Amino acid sequence: MYQYDKYDQAMVDARVAEFRDQARRRLEGKLTEDQFKPLRLMNGLYLQLHAYMLRVAIPYGTLNSTQMSVLGDIADKYDRGYGHFTTRQNIQYNWIKLEDAADILDELSKVEMHAIQTSGNCIRNISSDHFAGASHDELIDPRPYAELMRQWSSFHPEFSYLPRKFKICVIASEKDRAAMRLHDIGIQIVEKDGEIGARFFAGGGMGRTPMIAPMIRDFVPVDQLITYAEACLRVYNRYGRRDNKYKARIKILVHELGKDEYTRQVEEEFAHMLDQGVEPPLAEIERLKTFFASPAFEDGPKTVDRSDPDFALWVDRNTNRHRHDSYVSAVISLKPVGGIPGDATGDQMRLMAKLAKQYSLDELRITHTQNVVLPHVRIADLHALWTALDEAGLGSPNLDTIEDIIACPGLDYCALANARSIPLAQRISERFASKGKTEELGELKLKISGCINACGHHHAGHIGILGVDRKGKENFQLSLGGSEAEDVSLAKITGPGFDEDGVIDAVEKVTDVYLSAREGDERFLDTYRRIGMAPFKEALYD
Amino acid sequence: MKVLTGNDLRTGDVTWWTGSDWSRHVDDAADVGDEGEEILAREEAARRVNVPYIIEATREEDGSVRPAHIKDRVRALGPTVRPDLTLKPKDPEALDWII
Repeated sequence: MYQYDKYDQAMVDARVAEFRDQARRRLEGKLTEDQFKPLRLMNGLYLQLHAYMLRVAIPYGTLNSTQMSVLGDIADKYDRGYGHFTTRQNIQYNWIKLEDAADILDELSKVEMHAIQTSGNCIRNISSDHFAGASHDELIDPRPYAELMRQWSSFHPEFSYLPRKFKICVIASEKDRAAMRLHDIGIQIVEKDGEIGARFFAGGGMGRTPMIAPMIRDFVPVDQLITYAEACLRVYNRYGRRDNKYKARIKILVHELGKDEYTRQVEEEFAHMLDQGVEPPLAEIERLKTFFASPAFEDGPKTVDRSDPDFALWVDRNTNRHRHDSYVSAVISLKPVGGIPGDATGDQMRLMAKLAKQYSLDELRITHTQNVVLPHVRIADLHALWTALDEAGLGSPNLDTIEDIIACPGLDYCALANARSIPLAQRISERFASKGKTEELGELKLKISGCINACGHHHAGHIGILGVDRKGKENFQLSLGGSEAEDVSLAKITGPGFDEDGVIDAVEKVTDVYLSAREGDERFLDTYRRIGMAPFKEALYD
Repeated sequence: MKVLTGNDLRTGDVTWWTGSDWSRHVDDAADVGDEGEEILAREEAARRVNVPYIIEATREEDGSVRPAHIKDRVRALGPTVRPDLTLKPKDPEALDWII
């Protein structure tokens, strides 16, 4: 876990006091909404359809049981008994009162959490692999590097007013579980000639103009990471467009300049900055590594009793191989059939906190797919864990299946949305579960956004759905062939959109095409890539 | 009809201008005609409402008010995926009004 020092705590405490005063002045009429809005947004407080919404940062999705428990308490005390885990590994509360907001931030600060930089044109919460420090296939734990980025980017004076928001992702395995190349900057920790360093990718993103970030450097030495990141940001801050918010993201700059010219400018800036003392000493990264020291794993059983088929299915679906062979990482699905993706009640949060303390060395992770991970579970404890989860409605064995749908809050909550996304997710999971087709379809990532901003990652869905407004009515565009993983690709629109019933039928039709055309162990995505769009379009529109 | 709506400054609750005050219930909304901008400016200055704006709506035969756009109907009632949190939690047909 990251650890606050006295400076971190003092900064966060000062920000809470500052915001409390700002909110008081707003309530007393001493600040107008135009004056107050940028101040509240700097503290993650939005105004959505039904109320204020508070987005709380969960650094690279990592939290401990005390923090998760407090998140559950906040849901009960200040919200309506639940919270929503987001595709940015954060949590949002939907029913916040302005007069309570400072008190919530105060309670968060006591457990080393805050909502700073969860909005605004700044560097947002750093994201990372939710299996970091646990997975068998990672080169090294990426969290110390994510923490380095977090400390560098927090309150960075030069990057507090960028042309647009900025998202950075750090991973350390060839398998990409964090949509790394769909970030403004993607950093992959790699090894070259026995030395640790990083590949840098720049200019990725979703939104209205989706782009896959090209690699701009294949190796940045570990003692130059911050300097190189700063050079990337400086070029963007200098030349990113501020006249048109729809063209203000770094992906537009990289695209318009071209990867080579952007890279040339970054390298020029980097060379200029190298001797200016931007980089923290290597001792700092070594200090940060101590925050994430490997727990004392104990040898134990390496297999489970598979006599209970429900348990065996959950183990097969919802666990990931750990770097210690007596452990696994267990994924708690927040996608019960017919449920709201990413929502958890206060009671469920406190239960997950308790189970993390009991079975996962006090650690939890939030995934960008809106699930929760217990990263270090002894195989010997798996059945007891699953039993407790199942009793609480948290035992759905559906990871990476068509039931494990990403959905943004959509028009049910979000002021930007054009269409509802959650009801589609509910109905699709019910449709496929009731027909018993989930297992047969295998890995199938379906992602739904309620507007072009793409918080539901529809561009990266094997099947993507985008809700649009057509003359005041909801309409849904279907797209196929996206991936946020190491085989990253952007989905293509099938054709004319559908109404709500029509798009659910359309999803079933494309899965039927897949099942009839599948060869061997092909996933939906593999079959789509082999046979192309035509058979799917034929099934949908002819 | 033209209706004035916004969110309560303190709570964030959706509110509707009744002609003399603000109400949580869209059916209480008054037709502001051409006076919407004037009322909007006055009420915002008085800190009684946050981010007010004017929308098109129709008054139905039973006297209820139906905002023209689905977004404002969602605002008026509550999230369709949590009937228990809407203003009509015990009316299973209420959500049909939104769509």
